[in-house]
Amino acid sequence: MFGYILRRLAVAIPTLLLLIVFSFLLMHAAPGGPFTQERALPPQVLANLEAKYGLDDPLWRQIFDYVWRIVTDFDFGPSFVYPDRTVNQIIAAGFPVTLTYGLLSFLLAVLVGVTLGAAAAIRQNSWLDYLAVGISIGAQVLPNFVMAPILVLVFTLILGWLPGGGWSFSDPSFWIMPVIALGTSYMASIARITRSSMLEVLGSNHIRTARAKGLPPRKIIMRHALKPALLPVISFLGPCFVSMITGSVVIDMYFSTGGIGKSFVDSALNRDYAVMMGITILVGALTILFSLLVDILYAWIDPKIRY
Amino acid sequence: MTRFMISTALTCLLALPAAAATVAAGDELAETQQYNFWLLDAIKTTDPQKNTDVEGSDILRQLFEGLMNEDQKGAMVPGVATEYTESDDGLTYTFKLRPEAKWSNGEPVTAQNFVDGWQRAVDPATASEYAWFMELMNITNASEIVAGNAAPDTLGVKAVDDHTLEVTLTKPTPYFVKMVSHPTTFPVLKSVIDEKGDAWTQPGNLVGNGAYVLTGHNLGVDITMEKNPEYWDAANVVLDKLTGITVNDQNIALTRYEAGELDRFQIPAGQYPRLKEQYPDQAISLPYSCSYTYLINVSDKGREELKDVNIRRALALGLDRDIIVNQVLQGGQKPAYNWTHWAMEGFEMPDIAMASMSQADRTAEAKQLLEAAGYTPDTPLNLTLNYNTSEDHKKIAVVAQQMWKPLGVNLTLNNMEWKVHTDRMQNQDFELARYAWCADYNEASTFTDYFRSTGKNEGKFNNADYDKLLDEAVTSENPNDQYKAAEAILAAEQPLIPIYHYAKVDMIKPYVKGLPLENVMQSWYAKDMYITKH
Repeated sequence: MFGYILRRLAVAIPTLLLLIVFSFLLMHAAPGGPFTQERALPPQVLANLEAKYGLDDPLWRQIFDYVWRIVTDFDFGPSFVYPDRTVNQIIAAGFPVTLTYGLLSFLLAVLVGVTLGAAAAIRQNSWLDYLAVGISIGAQVLPNFVMAPILVLVFTLILGWLPGGGWSFSDPSFWIMPVIALGTSYMASIARITRSSMLEVLGSNHIRTARAKGLPPRKIIMRHALKPALLPVISFLGPCFVSMITGSVVIDMYFSTGGIGKSFVDSALNRDYAVMMGITILVGALTILFSLLVDILYAWIDPKIRY
Repeated sequence: MTRFMISTALTCLLALPAAAATVAAGDELAETQQYNFWLLDAIKTTDPQKNTDVEGSDILRQLFEGLMNEDQKGAMVPGVATEYTESDDGLTYTFKLRPEAKWSNGEPVTAQNFVDGWQRAVDPATASEYAWFMELMNITNASEIVAGNAAPDTLGVKAVDDHTLEVTLTKPTPYFVKMVSHPTTFPVLKSVIDEKGDAWTQPGNLVGNGAYVLTGHNLGVDITMEKNPEYWDAANVVLDKLTGITVNDQNIALTRYEAGELDRFQIPAGQYPRLKEQYPDQAISLPYSCSYTYLINVSDKGREELKDVNIRRALALGLDRDIIVNQVLQGGQKPAYNWTHWAMEGFEMPDIAMASMSQADRTAEAKQLLEAAGYTPDTPLNLTLNYNTSEDHKKIAVVAQQMWKPLGVNLTLNNMEWKVHTDRMQNQDFELARYAWCADYNEASTFTDYFRSTGKNEGKFNNADYDKLLDEAVTSENPNDQYKAAEAILAAEQPLIPIYHYAKVDMIKPYVKGLPLENVMQSWYAKDMYITKH
């Protein structure tokens, strides 16, 4: 196991490097640059800007310097579009926001999703099942860009309970709508996956044996059914967790939360190379890390899996 | 505009008192003097010389004060300068600065602060994306410095003493004084920039000379400002707190406006009639100094067919602007047949034959012209229109496509993101391109200069008579004659298809007073505003 983790981590570094090189090249291949704007800049000004940001060096040199600065100083450079800020500052300001609403949404999605899915499976074809399936299909077909305006309409305009947008770490009333809007569709997927895999497990031999032994139903479900039923859920949760905590442009746009989801999309549109690379690396590293975690979790849950 | 300074050296004593919030008789002030305004996007910077955005300028006008301000009708009123003189030859301007003006850290505002700001704007080391504005002002040596051929301290701006600023120009520029309310020309306190570096514009570091100080800036969330007690006219400033709130989605902005979280926002296209009916006292549509157009590439890299003026004319004739304005935009925009926005100060609209024709006649003539060139719906002319991503641009493009189709023009719509669109335009890599131009200052030349052969002019229109007229306008007693003649050339040559003149279509809470509703530049100053009891 330990050896496996070490091997995986060893592969992670070249993977990340490849990601950096590939994104870097792709980004520079896109037409227009950070300083392409309505009025073409005078050559001297452009030359100075390019020199300031190192864009006048050959590409290989730029990539090398970039990676070197990250490795030695953990410095992702200055933003090209927000001249007052560095990439580190932009991520330091935006990532905690994204992380907060992302983690909460994740918890919401998992807790509600698993409960709903399991309950539906246990009481298959009962009203509870239909209700759970109904909710999860409804939540699934309601995308967050539809959900967000509806939430604002109801909770801000009609009820006047919650602020319509913005962010504050000290005031949870700002968190509620982003968490709901982001979490709902994941919750629905989790509920559906849990339900179908739970149904499968409930029909399997070892559950029949447990029933035959006369174990109480609660014990059967908690001890023997839930754990194997969660395996497919966990393989879904890995990527889902990463995408939830690395930002959602929809949430940031509709609720003005200032997370990194919007910064990421903006950086691509503005050709803010530095911010784009910074967030790409962050998301890449988190993806690699969490897929490793999921694999470890797998081995822990399923005794059949050995690395 | 009629030249407001003619030959003889005269001191222009600005007789008007500097505008400050003048509470109208009968208005009762609200307890909380806070104004919450809408921002479409994150504010990129609060550095006056590095800002390039309209929304950034709105913020900067609160944090800094230039030589002049604009009043609610767009007229120039004293800012830091109390008076100025123009020399006989129109090449030297001397501004007297008010001695009581102070920075938010208590230091006095001096002429040197302006010199520092202006030199900073042109210094290639600053790499200001708005350095061109100083060139547009025709300040001596600006272009040489921007090009890297002269030192920044050779710029034609000098602090004669602490409160006298002298500016020298390379040629008479009648609209020069109208340009000194632009944020690029704002003063800076160099000691602060030297000390804090790039971070000098962050809350806590920023030292401004405006009526407000920056208290918070969460990128993409909000920006907050509070009254600056050191401001020279602080006694007459009523609003205590300003909050710019970023809401990327205009429909959400509408909900938040209705919920009372925003005091002003821009109405999404097509929703004005409904909102006007629902909130007659809140929905406004005001002239706004931008023009919307389809540029035609007439350069060597352009299509051969588009070099034929008759085809260009046919395209212009075949577009029913009334439908675009009344059915698509529905916000009080005006159909355009010329380039300069109709509401520019002192501008008289030229007579353009096409404008007074009926659409039926226009369409008939367009059809005739295209037929003569050999194009019919069966043998159509294939053209491509580039436009940047936006629902509104798309709608208008689809309308144009449908209108031109029966005339024998097959239009392919080519949607691209803004950076790609700009890049293609600057490289003349387009046939037709959607474009809009907004005034940099309130005078027609800000539009007409665009089509000079040396102008920005992405379609590379080149007409010696046109250039000559604009050269003459600079020293003309009544430059309108030249502007009209220039517009006539544009109408005859049709290097563009004018579509509409912008309107500012906003919702404003009735308790917000002192907004510059009659200023076509739409520059607002919170120091002139107040909130009534509601």
